[in-house]
Amino acid sequence: MALKLQPNLFEPGKHYFHTFTPGDDFYEALIETHRDLTDDQSALVNAKLVLLLSNHIGDLSVLREAMQIARHAV
Amino acid sequence: MLSTYTYPRYPYVKPPEQIGATGHRYPVVVVGAGPVGLAAAIDLAQSGLPVVVLDDDDTVSMGSRGLCYAKRTLEILDRLGVGDECVSKGVSWNVGRTFFREEEVYNFNLRPQGDHKRPGMINLQQYYLEEFEVKRARELPKLDLRFKNKVIAVGQDDQRATLQVETPDGTYSLETEWLVVADGARSSIRRMMDLEIEGTIFLDRFLIADVVMKADFPTERWFWFDPPFHRDQSVLLHREADNVYRIDFQLGWQADPEEEKKPENVIPRIKAMLGDDHEFELEWVSVYTFQCRRMARFNHGRVLFAGDAAHQMSPFGARGANSGIQDTDNLCWKLKLVIDGKAPSTLLDSFSDERVFAADENILNATRSTDFITPKSKMSLIFRNAALTLAREHAFARTLVNSGRLSVPSVLTRSCLNTPDTSTFAGDMVPGASMDDAPMRENETDFWLLDRVGNHFMALLWVSDPNQTDISMVQACKALADAPIPIEVVLVSRQAGVAPGGLRVFVDYKNRFAERFDAQPGTTYLIRPDQHVAARWRAFDTSALKSALALATGNLQ
Repeated sequence: MALKLQPNLFEPGKHYFHTFTPGDDFYEALIETHRDLTDDQSALVNAKLVLLLSNHIGDLSVLREAMQIARHAV
Repeated sequence: MLSTYTYPRYPYVKPPEQIGATGHRYPVVVVGAGPVGLAAAIDLAQSGLPVVVLDDDDTVSMGSRGLCYAKRTLEILDRLGVGDECVSKGVSWNVGRTFFREEEVYNFNLRPQGDHKRPGMINLQQYYLEEFEVKRARELPKLDLRFKNKVIAVGQDDQRATLQVETPDGTYSLETEWLVVADGARSSIRRMMDLEIEGTIFLDRFLIADVVMKADFPTERWFWFDPPFHRDQSVLLHREADNVYRIDFQLGWQADPEEEKKPENVIPRIKAMLGDDHEFELEWVSVYTFQCRRMARFNHGRVLFAGDAAHQMSPFGARGANSGIQDTDNLCWKLKLVIDGKAPSTLLDSFSDERVFAADENILNATRSTDFITPKSKMSLIFRNAALTLAREHAFARTLVNSGRLSVPSVLTRSCLNTPDTSTFAGDMVPGASMDDAPMRENETDFWLLDRVGNHFMALLWVSDPNQTDISMVQACKALADAPIPIEVVLVSRQAGVAPGGLRVFVDYKNRFAERFDAQPGTTYLIRPDQHVAARWRAFDTSALKSALALATGNLQ
């Protein structure tokens, strides 16, 4: 399976009237997760998130592709 | 500063109460002759009610202020008789572009599909909209527009609201069954009634400059994150009517508003942005902050709040004036039914419920845009810049980039006026949605559906062949049309034809209605006077229509 780079966020069973809504729902939750944290705490939360999501995805070829894109031009 | 616009002065006329008239109680008085108050007054007067409008000033909005008017608002303005003037004077646009530092990262089109009468958005200085509305208001014989009439006190009991009004000739009192309050963000009526409006203040300042220049920028919305000419902040560019451009610079909370407004400080910012090739003149400059907040309810006894008086939000989605005009669209038909004794006053609770729901959606979207545009922490900034960086190449990240989610009508899915679906439909025309437009034809004349729908309840019934309509159907439709709250049934068909009994036939000659409303033979939509879907079925059933009408008008026992 290749890394999905098209919009893919959704909540099961929910009908969206606007294409931007699921992405905005996600983004708000993400920023909320970091609310009131120090920079170091936020970095730790991000690291844990990457580990959790990586395990969920499982497929190492997908993860390697994502890592490569993330590292690109930093 | 230059001026492309001459402010009209509207004459003050001594009100009848100050030349001896007494004891009159009006059915409805509107406070505020801004875009929202005027929309309410025109809508109510068009429905046959006498309306008094009180405004403490005698001209239109100073400065361009409310600038972007969305498709749904234009459809309402069409119903109020000012849509054509606004669209021909305004600048229509559908495309927005977003830049990060030196590069474009993302663009959107507000109206990807054709066959709608109105564009996604027009830009029009607020003073033009108000001027067109005043002109329209003055054409309506039952509309009494009183300039230089300032409300200084308000009271109410369960029968009426009572106002003390100050004019150049002194004060007088006025009684009204219903009071519509559209006196803006700093609503003095709200303050006099001691009503709370709660929410969040954002600690940031923005500079608005309207500049006049001859430039060949495309008519698009351009938004920059961290551009080279204004580092670490955002900038927004809009084209307005009369070769005026709106430029909006984020300044940060520490900026001194009085200093920033000075031309010697504004002009270098604009020059840095435009380069040396463009000669321009300043027309209007303002520094603003904003809040996202709303009243807990919009109806308080005999007093009904609309627009900025009831709710405010950050400007990034152009959701202020647009949602205010949508408030009045929701309110006026309900108020008319209540005043005519055809619906209980509890119907007005649904005005508050529906528009509070819409306000919350608007505030949510405006707040999310603000949080993306002006990140509040280092990690928020890192995420934002990561999304912007990925957006250049990857579609998924473009949907995360939020430079403003531009005003779209709220789908009132939770309204207690909706009859829940009993069949399955594709698409978005659910109960509570404002209708999509479609090109139509009747008696060989082409028109837009939304120009022929609204102001009263209608049922649109999809048929495969209008000529085959049976006579019992025609009698059922006549009974619906003759009820105390009439429903006009119109047949919609791919095929032209003549229905018996004078039933109207709209020909869906481009099949857009069928597509957008997922219509099949027998599909029936009940449409409210504000062009929202109240109910829909897969078969025409008069008793279902009557129940849905009762539910939508607060008359269900």
